[in-house]
Amino acid sequence: MKALQLDRKPARFVAANLVSRLAPGRGASYGPLALTDIDPPELPGAGWQLIRPRLSGICGSDLSTVDGHASRYFEPIVSFPFVPGHEVVADDADGRRVVVEPVLGCVARNVTPVCPSCAAGHLGGCERLAFGDLQPGLQTGFCCDTGGGWSTFMVAHESQLHAVPDDFSDEAAVMVEPTACAVHAALRAAVEPGDLVAIVGAGTLGLTTLAALHRYADPGTVVMAAKHPEQRRLAKELGADVVCEPNELGRWVRRLSGSLAYGNQLTGGADRVIDCVGSEASIAESLAVVRPRGRVTLVGMPASVRLELTSLWHREAELVGAYAYGTETVRGVERRTFDLAFELVQSAGLERLVSARYRLGDAATAIEHAAAAGRRGAVKVVFDLRMEKERNR
Amino acid sequence: MPRPGFVLEVDRSTPPTLFWHGEGFRMEKLPAGRSRVVYPAEPLPAIKDVDAAIRQALLHPVDSDPLPALLFPGMKLTIAFDDVSLPLPPMKAPDLRQRIIEAVLDLAAAAGVDDVHLIAALALHRRMTEAELRHAVGDRVYDAFAPRGLLYNHDAEDPDGMALLGTTPQGEDVEINKRAAESDLVVYVNINLVAMDGGWKSTATGLASYRSLRHHHNVHTMRHSTSFMDQHRSELHKSNWRMGKVLRDSGPKVFQIETTLNNETFPSPFEFLAKREWEWNARERAMFVGMNAGLNRMPAKAKRRIFHGLRAPYGLTTITAGEVEAVHRITTERVYEQQLTPVEGQTDVLTLGIPYICPYNVNSIMNPILVMCTGLGYFFNMYRGRPLVREGGVVIMTHPTTNEFHPVHHPSYIDFFEQVLTETTDPVEIEQRFEKSFAEDEWYRHLYRTSYAYHGVHPFYMWYWGSHGMQHCGKVIIVGGEAKSVRRLGFTPASTLDDALEIASDVVGSSPTITHLHNPPLVMADVR
Repeated sequence: MKALQLDRKPARFVAANLVSRLAPGRGASYGPLALTDIDPPELPGAGWQLIRPRLSGICGSDLSTVDGHASRYFEPIVSFPFVPGHEVVADDADGRRVVVEPVLGCVARNVTPVCPSCAAGHLGGCERLAFGDLQPGLQTGFCCDTGGGWSTFMVAHESQLHAVPDDFSDEAAVMVEPTACAVHAALRAAVEPGDLVAIVGAGTLGLTTLAALHRYADPGTVVMAAKHPEQRRLAKELGADVVCEPNELGRWVRRLSGSLAYGNQLTGGADRVIDCVGSEASIAESLAVVRPRGRVTLVGMPASVRLELTSLWHREAELVGAYAYGTETVRGVERRTFDLAFELVQSAGLERLVSARYRLGDAATAIEHAAAAGRRGAVKVVFDLRMEKERNR
Repeated sequence: MPRPGFVLEVDRSTPPTLFWHGEGFRMEKLPAGRSRVVYPAEPLPAIKDVDAAIRQALLHPVDSDPLPALLFPGMKLTIAFDDVSLPLPPMKAPDLRQRIIEAVLDLAAAAGVDDVHLIAALALHRRMTEAELRHAVGDRVYDAFAPRGLLYNHDAEDPDGMALLGTTPQGEDVEINKRAAESDLVVYVNINLVAMDGGWKSTATGLASYRSLRHHHNVHTMRHSTSFMDQHRSELHKSNWRMGKVLRDSGPKVFQIETTLNNETFPSPFEFLAKREWEWNARERAMFVGMNAGLNRMPAKAKRRIFHGLRAPYGLTTITAGEVEAVHRITTERVYEQQLTPVEGQTDVLTLGIPYICPYNVNSIMNPILVMCTGLGYFFNMYRGRPLVREGGVVIMTHPTTNEFHPVHHPSYIDFFEQVLTETTDPVEIEQRFEKSFAEDEWYRHLYRTSYAYHGVHPFYMWYWGSHGMQHCGKVIIVGGEAKSVRRLGFTPASTLDDALEIASDVVGSSPTITHLHNPPLVMADVR
């Protein structure tokens, strides 16, 4: 089968890291990612089936991996060589369209008894990511046993599959996984009714988190820092009360919160800040605009960063992470995050965020496009496997 | 005998015209046969013995007892004076305010008055720094009063420092500085640069609060002031005069001292900037070329330092003291005598060179909002009768219009630029949706009171100031401005004057008539 595969080649990772500093996304051409012809993965056990991806998204974490910037933290919980791609809509063995919930938790790994997190439905917090019947891998797309969405075939456990309603387009379906992350983030932010919420970053995560906030929380004012014109337009459409340039966020928050300032430091700030970028600068900005005892929710995947944390200490602010999904409590009712995401994709029309589709053979172009998505007026860039010959044999 | 202002019809032999362009210049060739340039008058003769003229005014006021007769032991005397926004550029030392205040203080001392306060009547402008106060009142006065807290900046946000005197029949609150309100006599020391300065505006605006100012500093008033410089057609003037009546009936006695200046705007060796271009001699032409080349290579900060260091050698042309309205009638006539130039009819296009300074960026930065205000608020309104440009015509300004703000002086301007103008440039909508939140913002209030920041509402007033011009014109173009900032203002950027005229052709056709207002030195058009 045709697949984009990432192998453990340290020299290639270094090359990708260097070249992508000059041109983000260029790691696809110089790094360890390669278009190969390999055998489909074997079924790891009972409950697994071979599925055929239709669309598979390119996520920020994928870009980070391809460009050689991902944290070494992940080393024990990934296994090489792997085929990336965890935002997947596919055809299952019965020809039904399904969306993959990619976290490889205890059930998929055949670990019994399941870990406390999985038992509580918090799949993203699974404590057995390197154990059980599978090689290490926090998600499908980072595990050598399962394959990933950037290929014509992969395997998935039945517990990972969500049937796609007939009235969903493939584009809508491929947005479910990133939207589930956003729903989880929006709820993790613990927004109280009327809160002033600042969202840093208006890529896929930022925009879907904005939509999730409006559907599953009750914020007062949402101010969104968006760098590019198309992002700003979409942010307005999706309900941001204020959309500003990133360097204007501090002044907006100051005025909206009625804060005073010491020089550039606010005395007050936003009740909740959701960082959908995850860079050193964005985390610093988030900490600068959150109010005392407010909460910063880190949704964008960071790597190694250098931060001034005195304000966190002094203002007793919280810095929490938001990763993946599982089970959420919405207005007192427990729901699967993916179920909430399906609803949100449809109600907010999030399929409009899919901007460009590429064939696997155009991987370098696709990844460069995804890395420059904001600047080029795009949001979500996906691989389109529907026309790949071998998939349709 | 100085030559009056005049209108030059541009023909093929007319040399390029000097356009101010912030801290720099442009020489522009205006189209021959359909362009004209309105030049200011040469400076009126200055009074030679200024101190004698001051004494004469104080002892022989109009419609008032002489100042000594109004002074008595045990009285509360407040001397209020115009702030750093006047005159422009700041005048060479000694400042006229210093000379007048010293004369007033001499008379007060002779009368045994010992309760004297001096207040910079800055309304919602930024506070004056010590250096600026020293320049205005002189070291002797500053050292005698400031250390004892008797010389200070007006604070319109001091909850204990304002007094409500009443309301006008139109329901306008008249609230002024409490010390002034409770004084037996307020002596107001004015410098009258343009016709709208002075009169009741000195006290009713200079010593007022937001509560009071909002009644005339609003879009409706500004749009119904056609122009600000024509008292009979200025709603702003009428509102101030209504407030003046409340002041006269319920407030302190006011002894108004007004001065008018001639057109000696630029010190040596820059006097030639006030001359007509074809009269520049070889030395001046060479100097201009050298200066312009130097400026073009200089960083913005250095240029700003040079220009803001200029001190104008203004000459005093009149000093009148006494009853406010009687004094102001004389002042206005004298201002007109210096500035008013007859102009026949309107044109399709008005061109304006925007200089480095306006009343709100002395020792500061001319930010984009002030560019708009200087062009459409001040220069556009330098008319009596009708605007120089026809309704639906085009205004073309020249200024770099960089997205640069003085962080200390103009903090609310930055937010206005980023948070208001990105939403709308419509003055009415801006007033309704945003004014209150800026005016009552605790942080701006704090900076206004304790730092050197303009009041939170001030950028709104700047925007309203230009609202009549904005409403009147079909298009506004800025030549040589930073495109993004120009668009944020709601205007159209152009690289050259030719490009601007091409852009303007959509509105006024391909052969529009053009007027260039050759400002500064100040010239006001009497459009028939």
